[in-house]
Amino acid sequence: MKRFAALFTALDQTTKTNAKVDALAAYFTAAPEDDKLWTIALLSGRRPKRTVVATRLREWAADRAGLPLWLFEECYPIVGDLAETMALILPDATRDSDRSLTHWIGEIRALAKLDDPEKRARILDAWDQLPKIERFVFNKLITGGFRMGVSQKLMTRALSRATGIDEPDLAHRLMGDWQPDSTSFESLILTHDPEADLSKPYPFYLAYQLDGGPATLDAPPGDWAAERKWDGIRGQLILRGGNHYLWSRGEELMTDRFPELARLIDHVPPGTVLDGEVLAWKDGAPLPFNALQKRIGRKTVPKALLRDAPVILYAYDLLEWDGQDIRARPFDDRRGLLEDVASGVPEDMPLRLSPLVSFDDWDRLAKIRDGSREHMSEGIMLKRRDSPYRDGRKRGDWWKWKVDPLTIDAVMIYAQQGHGRRANLFTDFTFAVWDGDQLVPFTKAYSGLTDAEFRKITAWVRKNTLERYGPVRQVTPQHVFEIAFEGIQESPRHKSGVALRFPRMSRWRHDKPLSEANTLADLKDMLAAYG
Amino acid sequence: MAESLLSFTDRGIYCAAGDFFIDPWRPVDRALITHGHADHSRPGMGRYLATGAAAPVMRHRLGDIAIDTIAFGERRQINDVIVSFHPAGHVPGSAQIRVEHRGEVWVVSGDYKTTPDGLSEPFEPVRCHAFISECTFGLPVFKWAPEDDVRAELNDWWRRNAADGKTSIIGAYALGKAQRLLTSVDPGIGPILTHGAVENTNTVMRHQGIALPDTLRVTPDMDPKAQKGALVVAPPSALGTPWARRFGPSSTAFASGWMAMRGVRRRRAADRGFVISDHADWPGLNAAIAETGAERIFVTHGYTSIFRRWLESQGYDAAIVETEYEGESLDAAEPEDAA
Repeated sequence: MKRFAALFTALDQTTKTNAKVDALAAYFTAAPEDDKLWTIALLSGRRPKRTVVATRLREWAADRAGLPLWLFEECYPIVGDLAETMALILPDATRDSDRSLTHWIGEIRALAKLDDPEKRARILDAWDQLPKIERFVFNKLITGGFRMGVSQKLMTRALSRATGIDEPDLAHRLMGDWQPDSTSFESLILTHDPEADLSKPYPFYLAYQLDGGPATLDAPPGDWAAERKWDGIRGQLILRGGNHYLWSRGEELMTDRFPELARLIDHVPPGTVLDGEVLAWKDGAPLPFNALQKRIGRKTVPKALLRDAPVILYAYDLLEWDGQDIRARPFDDRRGLLEDVASGVPEDMPLRLSPLVSFDDWDRLAKIRDGSREHMSEGIMLKRRDSPYRDGRKRGDWWKWKVDPLTIDAVMIYAQQGHGRRANLFTDFTFAVWDGDQLVPFTKAYSGLTDAEFRKITAWVRKNTLERYGPVRQVTPQHVFEIAFEGIQESPRHKSGVALRFPRMSRWRHDKPLSEANTLADLKDMLAAYG
Repeated sequence: MAESLLSFTDRGIYCAAGDFFIDPWRPVDRALITHGHADHSRPGMGRYLATGAAAPVMRHRLGDIAIDTIAFGERRQINDVIVSFHPAGHVPGSAQIRVEHRGEVWVVSGDYKTTPDGLSEPFEPVRCHAFISECTFGLPVFKWAPEDDVRAELNDWWRRNAADGKTSIIGAYALGKAQRLLTSVDPGIGPILTHGAVENTNTVMRHQGIALPDTLRVTPDMDPKAQKGALVVAPPSALGTPWARRFGPSSTAFASGWMAMRGVRRRRAADRGFVISDHADWPGLNAAIAETGAERIFVTHGYTSIFRRWLESQGYDAAIVETEYEGESLDAAEPEDAA
């Protein structure tokens, strides 16, 4: 664990990307194979299952530190991290040990079979032999929320440097349904065999936001293909060896959630991989996102839901064809092949082609974009016609040109402290609109302000708290914020009767008095227009 | 009920029997000052009383003031009360102020730190009936590492940067923290450069006989890049500004008790956060309070409501006092604020 803790410290002690890559590459060169594999797993979001509930951990840590639980609970929101709070209050370790990362993960997983008193004894024993940073890392592993300030992209770069394997190739090897138990560093990274895992997806290519409009692009309109941007779930559908697999962008296997796609096995040849949007679809058009939302959380789907919110894959790219990886071929070629594939699929099948929109100049495209909401679309996607299908978020070939968000001016009424790097700052707020002389809460928002603004509002919240409900503070209604959001839906679960999609604070309206915030009637009008 | 020996007014802590204020935040005739930080030592008082070691910095900061000095431990009568000043271990010259009247003793802690730092006069516990204590770091998550460990970490950082051809820039309060850093580092590693605000305080302190290592004031005509492997000590507000960029490739750091929290550390756009505070940590606060023998504790700036509840649970009669002291400001370590 010392080596891993040293890596963690090195990453934590620099804000510079190169220094992080250096530290990781050095680790990937020197660490034992099983630790390397676990480190890759952790940095790509694969964590050991939780084997102890957080409530017990807090009790045991407070007890070990000789502190009442209420005091621990006061500290936690200030520190903003459970694992760190425990690491900080515990007395110093009395022993030293140097067991590997893999050893400690094994210990944590072994807890699953034990009863609480045995778990407690093991954990206290671990705390007593792990110095500060190692103890924090151990707590992070056991509470399950490990982030180290390293993106998968950075990790891939470091791994590439340590192994000499190309980054895009590595990114592909790291995809899919592997776990440290089911593979080894050798077979996952070094002697990768693409045949071995038929479910393995390709890395998704992610578009950048086009802030300045298409006139800022470095090529004329004729060089670009345009499509509408759909508000569904990005999905990669793999048909290989008589099976199908559906992956989310977050590398989650979603095959069982959308069983209707299984019918495609009979109509799309094996050795085909499609990129597209999973959409709830009825009568030739997408349903609003909340129809799809009902499907997302369900591992098994009841019949009624299958009938009310059936899904399709709205395909827009072809990554593998006839068993060949065709990502290097130009977009136009891939699109042509995709159209061939789609044309062989009967119309009642859950596969459709996301149409290209034709335009001659940017003005025309801007007009098409203006009609996005009527088409249940979020804006326009621009793809360079001669570009390959890249991996990860790379600037230049794919752009998303979203419609401007909807906005409403709302009053802040509750505030709560954030977590992680926002610890000790009030960053999570509840907003309300007027209903007569009452303020009705309708949304929460956490993002959009600068650090300096968060500090300013934090100082204000401390001085203007009316009431405390656990970690939540009711504050004097005084500040008006412009809330931007992508969509609005009816919601019986909310007091206001509406739910927003991707709400965030777009502006602090210092210029607006309380009385000029929007009303519930304004929200209902937006619901009628865009819901 | 008789009026209590010290009372809390909108101008500051007041002693009626002696007719004076301690660390007032509005102009009064007579002010006893615990130490020279701006939230405790403000302009506009008729007369000041402070320790001999605190006075030079106060003069430097407040200009031409009527200041009388007192030695640590010296007893002085003011009207009906006896006052004396006792080391608080916070910065050089910082004091706790003891007030005695007809056998009743109150102590105002000002800011304090219980562990010696090699620069400030070490903290001395003072027995009293009522203790007015700060609690800037009054949570059990704050436990400072031994001074030697922190020094080793600091020197290690500087040495490694120097070897990599980088300048080490550290942000620290100009009064107290900066000098503590200067006496903590190994001057053998390289030249030590100072921001003007820090160097001005250094000059005052050297003048009063406090030994500091040699430093070089950063001036517009200095070629900073000629100072290979230097350590630069500057106020936190100078980090991230054009002033700090003149040194070329660099590693930046803050020194503050708040750096104990990873979230706060990560928010700073600095490479390193050294946990170095001039305030007492959780064990320090608890030990100091226990050693006063006081039954009544008034807590001022810091995590007052949590700390008060803790003290109550430990059997103290504890109350919160609203003051205008700031402790070690969390925000002061954030560069954007002062930019």
